[in-house]
Amino acid sequence: MPTDSLAARVWRTDIAGAGAFVSYVVPRSPSQTVLEVVTYIQRRLDPTLAYRFACRVGMCGSCAMTVNGKARWTCRTHVQAVARDGVLEIAPLANLPVVRDLVTDMREFFDKWARAKGHLTPTTTRHDPLARVAPDSDKRRAVDAGIECIGCGVCYASCDVVRWNPRYLGPAALNRAWTLVNDVRDGGNRERLGAVAGDAGCHACHTQQTCTERCPKHLTPTAAIAGLKRLTALAALRGELP
Amino acid sequence: MSAARREALLWLASRVSAMILALCVVVHLATMIVAVRGGLTAAEILGRTRGSMVWALFYGTFVIAVAVHAPLGLRTVLGESARWPERVLDMGLLLFGILVLFTGLRAVVAVTMA
Repeated sequence: MPTDSLAARVWRTDIAGAGAFVSYVVPRSPSQTVLEVVTYIQRRLDPTLAYRFACRVGMCGSCAMTVNGKARWTCRTHVQAVARDGVLEIAPLANLPVVRDLVTDMREFFDKWARAKGHLTPTTTRHDPLARVAPDSDKRRAVDAGIECIGCGVCYASCDVVRWNPRYLGPAALNRAWTLVNDVRDGGNRERLGAVAGDAGCHACHTQQTCTERCPKHLTPTAAIAGLKRLTALAALRGELP
Repeated sequence: MSAARREALLWLASRVSAMILALCVVVHLATMIVAVRGGLTAAEILGRTRGSMVWALFYGTFVIAVAVHAPLGLRTVLGESARWPERVLDMGLLLFGILVLFTGLRAVVAVTMA
């Protein structure tokens, strides 16, 4: 294989759902991303390859895949940074059912956001004045630390606890819950803390921090989960957990 | 009690017992290292611990913390890796905790009571 080429081993599934890696030779180009490699394979070599992407600029969270063993956002991952000896192994995200090839079923991932009460429970109506939240307040800062999640699923696919305990809500859903716990406009914390406590919630986390290490947005779900552990423990002592 | 509240309180018990254990282990190890410098027989150790309310309270606390912390840790490990049914797991580890407490306190009584 010429040195200006890349050996891409890509996970392919058949109609029965069985999978195997298939090798493709892809030409290298300057600043080439992993998503560009996958796109090249689909457009030039094998149009039956299924994968998911949308924005290509790290905003939508659609294109996460397992690249050389680690979950990554492929649109912002340079081949140069992750290829080992000119080889790139691309697989679907772990801990999620595979629909086909590199496409995973994200329903359970987002259902867990709903189970963690990841929606705002308003305490005012549209007729009330807008809430004033000081940007430098502790609560607003806590929200800022976690609010940029793009829902890519990298943390969820990297979490060993999700693998061991499929009911575990996972880092993204708990991070979302933490941003709402700190949202002064929200009135749903009693139910939310009840939803995120327990062996399917924040208490299952072993603080291994793989989610934090691999989050492409450099968020720290581990800190969010630690915050939920503290608050749920206090709420339990006060008898406030449903 | 709801499962959420129970798990939150068990987590708190695990963390509080871990804090106590951290202190107890340091004191225990430091005492052992300092006490045996130059040699110390079992009889001499018993001579110092027997009748001592301080050592009885210290090791009594140590044993209670172990009896709380160890079953909770095992509960997590077995729940995740062996996938025992929750009720079997909880009953088994409650018995294990009682066993640790009983044997530990028995040892404390043996070395601190005259």
